[in-house]
Parts: sequence; structure tokens; C-alpha cells
Amino acid sequence: MATTTTDEPTRRDFIYIASGSVAAIGAAFAAWPLIDQMNPSSSVLALSSVDVDISAIQEGQQAVFMWRSKPVFVRRRTKKEIAESVDTPLSDLPDKLARNLNLPEDAPATDKNRVEKPEWLVIIGICTHLGCIPLDKLGDWGGYLCPCHGSQYDTAGRIRRGPAPENMAVPPYAFTGPTKIKIG
Amino acid sequence: MSAANSTYKPGNGLTRWLDSRLPILRLAHDTMTSFPTPRNLNVWYTFGGILTFCLGVQIVTGIVLAMHYLPSAALTNGGTSSVAFDSVENIMRDVNYGWLLRYVHANGASMFFLAVYIHMFRGLYYGSSKAPREILWILGVIIYVVMVATAFLGYVLPWGQMSFWAATVITNLFTSLDQIIPHVGQGNAPGVGTVIAQWLWGDFAVGDATLNRFFSLHYLLPFVIAGLVGLHIWALHIPGNNNPLGIDVKGPQDTVPFHPYYTVKDAFYLCLFVILFSILVFFHPDFVGNPDNYTPANPLVTPAHIVPEWYLLPFYAMLRSIPQKLVGVLVLFGALLTLVFVPWLDTSRVRSMRFRPMMKQFFWLFVADCILLGYLGSKEPQAVWHLGGFDVPLLWPARIGTGYYFFFFWIVLPFLPLFETPLEQPKSIAEAVLGTAKPQAAE
Repeated sequence: MATTTTDEPTRRDFIYIASGSVAAIGAAFAAWPLIDQMNPSSSVLALSSVDVDISAIQEGQQAVFMWRSKPVFVRRRTKKEIAESVDTPLSDLPDKLARNLNLPEDAPATDKNRVEKPEWLVIIGICTHLGCIPLDKLGDWGGYLCPCHGSQYDTAGRIRRGPAPENMAVPPYAFTGPTKIKIG
Repeated sequence: MSAANSTYKPGNGLTRWLDSRLPILRLAHDTMTSFPTPRNLNVWYTFGGILTFCLGVQIVTGIVLAMHYLPSAALTNGGTSSVAFDSVENIMRDVNYGWLLRYVHANGASMFFLAVYIHMFRGLYYGSSKAPREILWILGVIIYVVMVATAFLGYVLPWGQMSFWAATVITNLFTSLDQIIPHVGQGNAPGVGTVIAQWLWGDFAVGDATLNRFFSLHYLLPFVIAGLVGLHIWALHIPGNNNPLGIDVKGPQDTVPFHPYYTVKDAFYLCLFVILFSILVFFHPDFVGNPDNYTPANPLVTPAHIVPEWYLLPFYAMLRSIPQKLVGVLVLFGALLTLVFVPWLDTSRVRSMRFRPMMKQFFWLFVADCILLGYLGSKEPQAVWHLGGFDVPLLWPARIGTGYYFFFFWIVLPFLPLFETPLEQPKSIAEAVLGTAKPQAAE
């Protein structure tokens, strides 16, 4: 660039700063569509809720449904499993928050706060460590065992041991009938 | 090489005409023919050339495989398979020589990593990262990290069970950031890590959108590596090669021209490397693969035992040895980041470990540690060793191994020189190799 030694800003300085600013802001605006195109698209977001019939699930059994590309576990807990979960003191839990999307975020992780009805446990069946699908009725608490890195969950899907930091999340859901729920 | 000390002489009118317009033949001559190279380079210095060959093989086979591969997770065969999985099987069964191209590409990744690990250990042993080659080393670390990313993206493409769950576990590493910023927005909004993961997935979990973009990036990154290799070689040709003695080149008596001395040496060892490569491809094509990846991806079932490819097992063992999610992820990335600082961590003025009796032992212990971590990474997380009546959970050797990895780089490298007396180094390469530093009349 040609330079002239002067303390006063010149018209060249002005056009230099102005065009540089436009280029920088323009580049930022142009970059955003290139970044945002990677986020979930409208068609993915549109699949926001599913209705499922849970009448065929017997006591002690679990069924898996897909919601937002994720597996949702619906487990009909036995009386023993419910009692074990209810009797667990909060102090035994590594994660003391309910992680229930139907409740305020600071709700404590009591069994009551993990379910709508004690018999039915509805959770997103994804280990909160690195996203594997835990296997049910395994581990020292009879809840879930993640095969990837050994995280163990109890019969309310709460983390008890292993590298997972959080209880498995409870998705937003509501009973639309005695044996029908709407997830999402 | 600057043009000032170029030895290129155009032989005829055409090359003279070209040389004054685009001196590309001069560049080739100065970098691949007359380039003065220490006369004592051993077999471990042939892996640079071998790695260039590996990159070429991966790019060529990859381009032709992309002519047949379809990156779609759409379900086929009554929901039991997918378009992507079927297209890979189509390559294996119906495409002319498809089986060969795919096996060369898949095993080529393993051979590439075998060569790069030897190349990295060699650099560490002979002190090749030290001044004036710091940038050369750091470019190498960047190439390695991009190689890891490329290999991971490629492993996802066949859309088998291991592909799907590798993609899930690796992208979920980012969700550990939720522990730093748990909510982006009000109330139960997802954390910053989940927001990043969903951006990577294009969905709420790994799916069709993820597979498509991984294919796009898998095709892109090898060309990024090729560009980085160009910089790596440029940075090599400024100071010139280090050598097994680790002492500087003092004059022409210490060097030989790259061609024919090292072109022939590289070619010979490349032949041996290709023989090993061929044994893998033609006799044991699935030796390094995981049989679970011949099961089509199923988002509802995680295989009982998931493992990465062998070349990432040591890092996987480190990740699993830490019981806290965020700390585990930080240790994983810290292990890679540590490599960047090696030129400054090693404070000894002696480059080559040939003259460092104590360092040599720590080095071989480090090599053994990496192999041990690799072995531990391949075992199930709850596995237990039975040693003479004691049950040792594998978690503990993994923790000790992880500890030694960091101990080696952050304690041994900087502080051992305070206690170590190096052996006497030869006065020059020529003296060590020829028994006499022949005075050269050329100067």
C-alpha cells in the first residue's frame, strides 16, 4: 500500500477501514449459514412427539420406543423394585437431581420425582456417560448396566456407580389414558 | 532450500525456458535429488517416505471407493440393514476388484498408523523435535491428530454396529462440557456440550444426517493432510534431517545427496513394508477389523463389548481409567496435546538417546507402557486379572499406565537431565561413520 506520512486521517484511511469492516462483518454473516446448516433440520425437529400404547408390557418387563431418534425405556417395575428405589436415601446418590424434564431443574432425585406413576418408569435409555444403551436388569442395583464403560443405574434409572455423571433423563411425557402415554 | 544454493542446471532450451517461468524442475531437483542428507540415516528414517506412500494409497483407493459407496442410513431389507451397509457389501461382492480396493483401504489405515507410530517413536528417541525442528515436530503432531479424525470418520461409513457406536461414543465426548455450562437457555434447556453434539449429529442422536456429513469430511481431510505434509517437508528442508547421532551436520563430508542414496534405501524398505501390507490384505484381511462391524447398525442395541480400532486403544484405556466423565475426556485430549510441547519439555542438550543411558530406559518403558495401555483398552471395562490368588481389576494397571504416560512427558523429560550424565558424542558424523573426518577440498 502506498503510504503518506501524515497525522491526519485521510480519505484513503477512511475507505480502508470502512471496506475492511464491511468485509469482516460480511464474512461473519456468510459463515453463519455454513455453520447452522449442520444443526437438526426442520424435518428432524418436526418429529417432536409420539403416542405409545404400553398395555402389553407385563410387570417386570420393559419395552423400548423411539422418540427423537433416541430410545425411550418404558419399564413396568415390580413392587420389590419400587420399594428398593423408594427406600434409597438421597445421600446414597451420586447425582441428587431428578433430571426430569417435567419438573423444575432443581427437583431432588427421589423415586417420586423420577416417575408419574410408581409402576411405570419412563426414561431416555441413553447412558449419560458417552451415549451407549444400557442393558436392563443388570448391575448391583438390578436396574441398568452400561456395557461400554461399566456405569450402573438403579431401578429408577439413577446413576449409582461408574463414570456416568447424571441420572438417565426423564423425557417430557404424560398419560393420555390408563395405558397410553404421549412422549414429547 | 533457497534459490541461492540451488545446484540445478537446466540441460536444454526447453527446461531453461520453463525454469525462468515456473522453476518446478528446480524445486524437484533441490528437494528430491541433490538435497544434502546425513550419511548415517538408518532404517527408522525410511518411514517418512513410507507414510507418503500410505497417504497416496488411501487417497487413490478412497476416490474409487467413493464411486460405489452410498452414505445413507435409510433402512433396507425390512429394517435390518441400511443403504450404506448394503453398498459396502455391494463393493465387496459385485464391484470389479471391489474386495481388493476396500481391503487395501481398510487395512491401509492400520498400516498408516503402524508407520506413523514408528515415525513418532523414532523422532522421540533421536530428539528430532528439538531446536531447530520444533515447527517440524508440531506439524507432525497436527498431521497425526487429523489422521485420527479421518480414520474415525472413515470407520463410521460402513454403518455397522461398531461404526454406529464409535460415532456415538466419540461425539458424546463433547457432552462432558455440560458439566461446565449445564444449561444454554432457561430451566431444563440442554447444556453446551449437548448443543455441540446435536450440531455435529444434525439430529438428536447419531443418524442419517451424521453419516452424510461424516462422508463429506472423510473425503475432505486427506487433502488437508496432503497440504500439511507439504508444510512438514518444507519445515524439514530448512534445517535438514536430524540423524541417529543427533549431532549437527558440519559440512559436505557429513552428507550424501538424497538421490540415489536415500531414494534407493526408502524404496527397499518400502518394498518390505508392502510385503507386510500384502500379507495383511490377502491372507488376514479382517485381522485388525472387528467382527461386530459386519452387523448392520442398530440404534437400540449397544454391542456387549465396544472397542475402537487398535491404533486408538491406548487413549481409550486412558479415558476409561478415569471415573469422572469430564476429567476422563480432559485426560484423553491432554494426552494428545502433551505431544505439542515435547520440543520444550525435553531439556537435555543431547538430542539422541544413544548418548543418554538413563533416558533410554525411560523411553523403552514408555514404549512398553503404550503397548500395555493398548492391551488394557481392548479388554472389557470390568475385567479382572487373577494374579496368584489376588484379583486385580484392570482399572488399576490402566491408571498406573496413564500416570506413567504423563509422568514420562511432564517429569522425566524436563527433570531427568539434572541427574543424567550423557555419554560423549562423536565430533562429527563423518568421523563416527568413516572413522575419520575426511577434510573436504570443496570448501
